[in-house]
Amino acid sequence: MSFNNLETLYRQVIMDHYKNPRNRGALQGDALTVDMNNPTCGDRIQLQMQIEDGVVKDAKFEGEGCSISMSSASMMTQAIKGKKIAEALEMSKVFSEMMLGEEVDSNTDLGDAQALSGVSQFPARIKCATLAWKAMEKGVNDK
Amino acid sequence: MDVKAIRQMFPILDQEVNGHPLVYLDSSATSQKPISVIEAVENYYRFDNANVHRGVHTLGSRATDQYEGAREKVRRFINARSTAEIIFNRGTTTGINSVALSYARENLKPGNEILITPMEHHSNIIPWQQAAKVTGATLNYIPLQDDGTVALEDIRKLVTENTKVVAIAHVSNVLGTINPIKEIAKIAHEKGAILVVDGAQGVPHMKVDVQDLDCDFYAFSGHKMLAPTGIGVLYGKRELLENMEPVEFGGEMIDFVSLQESTWKELPWKFEGGTPIIAGAIGLAAAIDFLEDVGMDNILEHEQKLADYVMDRLRTVEDIKVYGPEHRAALVTFNLGDVHPHDVATALDSFGIAVRAGHHCAQPLMKWLNVTATARASFYLYNTEDDVEKLVDGLLKTKEFFGDVF
Repeated sequence: MSFNNLETLYRQVIMDHYKNPRNRGALQGDALTVDMNNPTCGDRIQLQMQIEDGVVKDAKFEGEGCSISMSSASMMTQAIKGKKIAEALEMSKVFSEMMLGEEVDSNTDLGDAQALSGVSQFPARIKCATLAWKAMEKGVNDK
Repeated sequence: MDVKAIRQMFPILDQEVNGHPLVYLDSSATSQKPISVIEAVENYYRFDNANVHRGVHTLGSRATDQYEGAREKVRRFINARSTAEIIFNRGTTTGINSVALSYARENLKPGNEILITPMEHHSNIIPWQQAAKVTGATLNYIPLQDDGTVALEDIRKLVTENTKVVAIAHVSNVLGTINPIKEIAKIAHEKGAILVVDGAQGVPHMKVDVQDLDCDFYAFSGHKMLAPTGIGVLYGKRELLENMEPVEFGGEMIDFVSLQESTWKELPWKFEGGTPIIAGAIGLAAAIDFLEDVGMDNILEHEQKLADYVMDRLRTVEDIKVYGPEHRAALVTFNLGDVHPHDVATALDSFGIAVRAGHHCAQPLMKWLNVTATARASFYLYNTEDDVEKLVDGLLKTKEFFGDVF
């Protein structure tokens, strides 16, 4: 049985992040906490970030949702750790453009999150993929 | 009932999605429309479009005749006593909100009780939460049995002289539970409460006789019964509607307007402020014609067979959990092992099968089921056993795919 269509979306690296999420859990001590949900489908995430001198020192998440939303949260936290806030926001912008299927004109490296590019062909799932990134943006913008 | 012939009246069903013939299993969200409904709406706009109840001109009369003709058709379809009891609106949500905004706010006071169930759609929960907040009444819940049904003896115990409103779905949009409306109405009336029925999943699938059920209000949506979106019906007993204030004020619903005071038109128009959904009502009339041609009893029988068939067939799928009672309407809500329902729905969609995934606008029920989301396949008169086979096959392939990648 060939699953070409599905394999565009569910790449191995995505399923790996879903099965073995990185940075899942809660941060100890002082952390910026953002709760966000997707009311139309019930996915929810709690993102915690420890930000010092404009740099994301650490990030962890908890949540419930589909493989796309949870793997995206895992990849996002991995991607932004050690990055300056401005860099993290740039990554989020690049990620959003990738979701819209736009040509991305940037040297920004999204790391594993690049594997979610196939989501752009599944419009109903874009919100799943962007949930964690939106939470990150909300967190640093409200700070 | 010739399902093959029926399918041919639904042009949308004849297409491929993602390289597979479309299998539409989301009729509980919205039904597809037969060509006769599409043409009725088109012909109205093409030949008869005018505003109703005001023009002296010919098109105005034609539009009014068709709009009011639709009301009479709805009256007959649900066996209301009078067209005064048939209020056109936007849908079930609007209907329940009208009762909560008007009847409940005028008749409830602190100490009174509104009684609903945890299986309700948000549109039969939130209007009551709001009514309770405004009036000081209490919102309480009838517990569910393990299989997702309600027990009449529980209701008998819970309904007291303080209970003023009982509100319940005719058919649960998640569990498929068919609630015993007639018996519940009797219990409510014995204690002086009214019964409000969310009929969104009822009227499209079975013969509803509001006089026989003896419910006080019954709300439903056109788009779930082959009609366009944007048209709905609130049935209410005349003596209750007569004593209720309108919810919306403006054109179309007034008798006389002076600088400080106005008086209302008689029923049902006092509840239809603004230019009504004329094309929608005409589409609804065409939908009722279609359903009556097929026969509501035939539709129910067909769907009951499909419901039994799908329950039998799903039992053969390993790791599937189906929620709700064994005897049910033609819809199945389920989870497939550890695969998230959104992923199930995306996988099925890649095989051309349309199902719903999420909380189905029933978050309290999801909590009761102890899940965050589920997938749902729902059936209508145009679905076949072959659609069920494709669903089962799609689920097996979904398991294979996620089994491989996990």
